[in-house]
Amino acid sequence: MIPLHHVAVGVPVKIVEIDAGRDLQGQLKHMGFLKGACIKVIQNTKGPLIIAKGNLRLALGRGMSHKVFVEELQGRKVA
Amino acid sequence: MSGSTVKIALAGNPNSGKTTTFNQLVGAREKIGNWHGTTVERKEGQLKYQGQSVKVVDLPGTYSLSAYSIDERIARDFLIKGKPDVVVTIIDASNLERNLYLVIQLLEMGQNVVLALNMMDVVRRHGIEIDIKELSGILNIPVVETVASRGQGLDTLKDAMIQASTKDNPEVRIDYGEREEDVKNLEEFFTRNDVRVGMSPRALAVKVLEGDAAVLKKLEERECHQDVLEKRDKAEKAVDGDLESFMIERRYAYINGLVKECSHHHLTIEERMTQSDRIDKILTNRFLGIPIFLSLMYVLFSLVFKIGQPMVDMIGHVFGFLGERAVGFILSQGGPQWMASLISDGIVAGVGSVLSFLPYILLLS
Repeated sequence: MIPLHHVAVGVPVKIVEIDAGRDLQGQLKHMGFLKGACIKVIQNTKGPLIIAKGNLRLALGRGMSHKVFVEELQGRKVA
Repeated sequence: MSGSTVKIALAGNPNSGKTTTFNQLVGAREKIGNWHGTTVERKEGQLKYQGQSVKVVDLPGTYSLSAYSIDERIARDFLIKGKPDVVVTIIDASNLERNLYLVIQLLEMGQNVVLALNMMDVVRRHGIEIDIKELSGILNIPVVETVASRGQGLDTLKDAMIQASTKDNPEVRIDYGEREEDVKNLEEFFTRNDVRVGMSPRALAVKVLEGDAAVLKKLEERECHQDVLEKRDKAEKAVDGDLESFMIERRYAYINGLVKECSHHHLTIEERMTQSDRIDKILTNRFLGIPIFLSLMYVLFSLVFKIGQPMVDMIGHVFGFLGERAVGFILSQGGPQWMASLISDGIVAGVGSVLSFLPYILLLS
């Protein structure tokens, strides 16, 4: 289980835990970023990350990205 | 319905073309109305179509009906309390899954939805085919293709919304799988006790199980509040404590099935998305982003000044000439020196120097 900002760009990962307050959790959930969802980090330099789930792109503040924990998916493509 | 005004709300995700559609629908007769105490506004406009007067309300964009920000709350409140006759959901058809989420929520709430698939030109460019008839058939609502930025499909949309305003609201039932039992149970409970908060018992049951804060708060004053909470707790325990995620997952599962059924990709995801991502990569690059922004701004400003300069010069000449003529005229008519100076150095020169900024401002806006 690693926090999202430590994930390499382009590697498909699965969300295992979102350790955040009710609002952030809720907002991410309704946008489809649920536990078990397959996502990808598109950009991770300084400042906010850009993450992707399918066609959806989402900019996520660096602080928020510390609260999203993921694990790597081996050999699976993100749909 | 004819005779009275049909009330239409435009809803949808941010950046899906609601306001573009709004402007196209109501044209030049648009007026803007602020909502009390917030920085976000909803816009209202009127149009007449085939003798029917229609009031259109443009709402702030929202991703779901569970509002987390003020603008989302405004959209939600209007949809639930404003009781529009028809809700036109304008969705970015190149992003079906995410956009359909709000549509499904609205349908669950028993809203009278007309679906406008906007940005169909982008969809076609991406090599995606959407089977409108199929989508319309499954959801049991009218579906219209539009390209709002070019005004395409708007007459069909107007026809569809006028027609829909005379029909009963369709209701979509998502199958909540293992928790369907709980939904039905609560639904029955609400029906039996005649609990109403402006939505159907089914919609209310779903909202309660989802833990919707606004709905739960409304139920607080009711007698049944305790019973409702108990039922919710029981259902929550059955899914290891995260009922909301469960409900959202089921909804997305339904949407995924729907999208698979109704759309076909001719290109792979990689082929489709790379262009936008490549551009993003450059524009949001850590080192290049700001220089690119600054150079774009520099080009913008130098263009403005280049184009504006001749006009500014012309205004200067005109006012210089006017000032001289005014002095000559006043002195020749025997007016005092101070009056000539007041007119030419004060009024004419003053107005002239203010007006010389006008070309720049007009060009910038």
